[in-house]
Amino acid sequence: MVTKLVHPKRPAANSQQSKVSAAKTATVQTSQSNTASDVIIDVRNLVKTFGTFEAVKNISFQVKRGQIFAFLGPNGAGKSTTIKMLTTLLDPTSGSLTVDGLDVVANQSAVRNLFGIVFQDPSLDDELTAYENMDFHGALYGLEQSMRKPRIEYLLKFVDLWDRQGDLVKTFSGGMKRRLEIARGLLHHPHILYLDEPTLGLDPQTRNNMWEHIKKLNETEKMTVFFTTHYMEEAQRVADIVAVIDHGKILTMGTPKELMTQTKTANLEEAFLKLTGTKLRTEEAASGMRQMARMWGRR
Amino acid sequence: MAMTHARQTMEVIYVMWLRQLKRYWRSRARMIGSLGQPILFLVAFGFGFGSIYAKAGGGNYIDFLAPGIICMSVLFTAMFGGIELIWDRQFGFLKETLVAPISRLTIMIGRTLGGATVAALQGVVIFLITLCIGFRPTNWWLLPLALVGLLLIALIFTALGTAIASKLDDMQAFPIVMNFLIMPTFFLSGALFPLDTSPKVLQWIADINPLAYGVDLVRGSLTSVWHYGFGLSFIVLIAVTAASIALGSWLFTKIKL
Repeated sequence: MVTKLVHPKRPAANSQQSKVSAAKTATVQTSQSNTASDVIIDVRNLVKTFGTFEAVKNISFQVKRGQIFAFLGPNGAGKSTTIKMLTTLLDPTSGSLTVDGLDVVANQSAVRNLFGIVFQDPSLDDELTAYENMDFHGALYGLEQSMRKPRIEYLLKFVDLWDRQGDLVKTFSGGMKRRLEIARGLLHHPHILYLDEPTLGLDPQTRNNMWEHIKKLNETEKMTVFFTTHYMEEAQRVADIVAVIDHGKILTMGTPKELMTQTKTANLEEAFLKLTGTKLRTEEAASGMRQMARMWGRR
Repeated sequence: MAMTHARQTMEVIYVMWLRQLKRYWRSRARMIGSLGQPILFLVAFGFGFGSIYAKAGGGNYIDFLAPGIICMSVLFTAMFGGIELIWDRQFGFLKETLVAPISRLTIMIGRTLGGATVAALQGVVIFLITLCIGFRPTNWWLLPLALVGLLLIALIFTALGTAIASKLDDMQAFPIVMNFLIMPTFFLSGALFPLDTSPKVLQWIADINPLAYGVDLVRGSLTSVWHYGFGLSFIVLIAVTAASIALGSWLFTKIKL
C-alpha cells in the first residue's frame, strides 16, 4: 500500500514565507539541496498493528531541520501512535524511523536525548514545585548541576513562571502547567520538540501566548517543532508544513497554502474537512487499539 | 556538560528516592491517616484481647502484638507506595520518566528504595508509639536487626506493589488488592496470634507468607520470641526480597502506555 504523498519539492509557497523569519527562510532555501543532515525526522514505510488492527498503514514522510511541522488528523487517525513511535514509547511493527541520523529503535537512549515532548495530558508531578519538576527532569537527562540551575532559571523566566518556581504544581492553572511542561521539555536542549495537542483546553490568550513562545524558540534555537492539533487555524498560522493523516494513512502533505490550493478551499479547516470528510469520529479506534495492545501484550 | 553514565544512574536513583520522601512528607493527611489504623489495632486488640491472652498463659499481649502491628504498618505503607505507580500513570508523570534517556530498571530501583524507606520510617514511628503504650523490647541491642527486618519487609512489598501496579492500570483495582492480598497477608502472618499454638493449616499458610518471616525476624529481635528462628527468617526474607525486586523490575520494564 503506497500512500499518496505530496512532497514539497519546491520551496514553501511565498505567502507563508512572508510570516517566517529570516533564519527560517535560510533553512527553507537550503532544503532544496536535500542533503541527509537537512532531514531531521525520516519516516519510511512505517507500520504499526495491534493484533489485527492496523493503526498506522505504511506511512512515509520527512521533516526538515528547523521546520514547524503539523500532523493533523481526526481522532483515531493514527497521530498519537505515530508520535509514540517517534518518541520511543512504542516499537514499530515494520518500517524505519530515523531521527537526526539515528535509528529510533536501535539507539533509544541517544534518540531520547534529542527530543523534548509535551504530552497530550499533563505529565508533571503535582506534589512537587515547578523548580523541583525542572530539576528532576535535569537529573533524568544527566544535566550537570552547574548547567542545570541557570538553564532552569532562564526557561522559567522564558515561560513567565520564575515567580512561581517554589509553588507546588497542583496550585497551577491548566495554562501554567502547559507552560511549565514546555519549559521542562526544553531543558536538555532538544533538537526536536514534540507537542501532542499542546493547546487542548486552553483559552485563546494562553494559546496565542504559547505559540508565540514556540515560534520564538523555533527561530532563535532553530529547533524543529512537530505538533498535532485539532485547531486548524492554529496549524494554518504557525506550520510550515502540514501532513493530514486519516485511517492510518497520510492523505496529503504540503504547506497550508498548497493544501488549500489542492482542495480549492479558502482555509485549512475547510481543506481538512474536504480531505477527511465530515463524518463524526469517535475515540473508538484509539481505545480499541489500546485494548488490543493490552491483549497482545506488545510494545 | 553531560555526566558519566554511572553518575547519572546514581543521581536518578537518588532523585526518585527523594521524590517519594518529599511526596510522603508533604502529604500530612496521608501521614496522619496511616497512623490511625495501627493505633486502632494496638488499642482494640492489645487491650481488648490482652486479659484473655494473659489468662490463657500467653503473657503480656502488647509485647506480642506490638512487633506484629509495626510490621503491619510497614506492609500497608510499602504496598501502597508501590501501587502509587497507578497514580503516576493516571496523572501522567510516569510518561515523563519513561521517555527519559535512562533505563527503566534505574527508575524502578529508585522508586522502590524511596517507597521502602518511607515504609520503614513509618514502622519506626509506630515503634515509638508502641513504646508510649507500654511496649518494651527485651533486648535493645538487637534494635538494628529489627530495623533490617522492617527494611526487608518494606522492600518486598514495595516491589510487589510496583509489580501489581505495572499490570493493573485503573484505580478500581485498589480495593481488590486491598481485600484479597494485603488483608490475608497480614491476618495470616502470625502478627496477631502465635503460630506455635495455632492449627497446622494456619501454620502451613504462614509458611508460604513472606510477612510471617518478617514478623518473626522483627518480633524475635525485639522480644526474643522466635517461631522460625533468626537464620531461616533472614534467609527467606533476603531471597524473597531479591525475587520480588526482580519481578517488579521485570514487569515495570514491560509497562505499556
